[in-house]
Amino acid sequence: MSTETAVVKEVKKSEPLFSKKNKKLVTNPLDIDNPITVQVLGICSALAVTTQMKPAFIMALSLTVVTASSNVVISMMRNTIPSRIRIIVQLAIVSLWVTLVSELLKAYVYDVSKQLSVFVGLIITNCIVMGRLEAYAMGNKPWPSFLDGIGNGLGYGMILMIIAFFRELLGGGSIFGYKVFEAVGLDYQGNGLMLLPAGACILVGLVIWVQRSINGYREH
Amino acid sequence: MENLISIGVRSIFIDNMIFAYFLGMCSFLAVSKKVSTAFGLGVAVIFVLGITTPINWLIQTYMLTPGALSWLGADFASVDLGFLQFIIFIAVIAAMVQLTEMAVERFSPALYGALGIFLPLIAVNCAILGGALFMVNRSYTLPEATVYGLGSGIGWMLAIVALAGVREKMRYSDVPGPLRGLGITFILVGLMSLGFLSFLGFSL
Repeated sequence: MSTETAVVKEVKKSEPLFSKKNKKLVTNPLDIDNPITVQVLGICSALAVTTQMKPAFIMALSLTVVTASSNVVISMMRNTIPSRIRIIVQLAIVSLWVTLVSELLKAYVYDVSKQLSVFVGLIITNCIVMGRLEAYAMGNKPWPSFLDGIGNGLGYGMILMIIAFFRELLGGGSIFGYKVFEAVGLDYQGNGLMLLPAGACILVGLVIWVQRSINGYREH
Repeated sequence: MENLISIGVRSIFIDNMIFAYFLGMCSFLAVSKKVSTAFGLGVAVIFVLGITTPINWLIQTYMLTPGALSWLGADFASVDLGFLQFIIFIAVIAAMVQLTEMAVERFSPALYGALGIFLPLIAVNCAILGGALFMVNRSYTLPEATVYGLGSGIGWMLAIVALAGVREKMRYSDVPGPLRGLGITFILVGLMSLGFLSFLGFSL
């Protein structure tokens, strides 16, 4: 705790490390600026990996790591990247991080990595990563960019976990592989529709409906 | 030949990129407001997928699989470059997209204007990289990979044109405020995907 406050004091000359603005970077993507439901980024994986909660959790974690770290790298390089070739540079850096994450997953959680199959590789083309690089890291300092990456990763993870929770609960009758309905003595017949792509799409539609009813965001 | 037809039909309808794997959803949702733009993007995706899948197949077979470099000499027989797969695939795709962009700009400035930012973004369209990765996963041969690439592209175009058609009509419907736009589109995609499920009944 004491070391943390010391760090804060050091940078206070310019701007506190966790100023209001920086906190907003993390909290906004959770609600009014959510990458999935408001910015419409990273939908592919949100639908494809959410049949169960465990792969969804690992996926959200991987994406947060990749977004935050590539945001930092790009932000540090932002003044030296020629704008014509910036997409290639960004892709190269993102794929570097994704390769690292993919190898780590293969080493430590092999079964989940098999289950996610191509979707770990597809983090490279996940629009959240590219979108944040383009929209934020190219114009901001490394530390805010890092927070922005973490925030968007968490916002993505939050929606992912909500969808996965309902899909696993209604589709398979379990949470994190733990059979809930059997534990309370109910006989539950899994709803196969929830495990299918169609169920996921409709569920996302409903989540968006609920979220926008709460925060008042409207599209015209 | 029969095998190729079966892979083609399978990739267009049964394993549809959008309705079975949700690949390329971002541009699918963003560019499906008008049928004409949707059609243009669909054609561009077919083109890019049709070219990159065979190219990536060649790279995978002659460079990346363990021992693939043995054509360079016996010294290279034990080299495994598999970990470079993501970087090389994405580089090929980005280069091809750049070419497509130049071709479209040269031959159809109207379409170029309409596609705008989404043309360079084909590079990060998950459907393209997904096609390449699935092709490796399923260990297709070169003709199979080509047919698979083209088929997935056609399936993707079919899906985006269909959704654009529905969304053009949706403008006249009275949708509850918070559900308007993205929300109702998702439910539409869900219903369409339910329809595509019926293709699962085909035995190929």
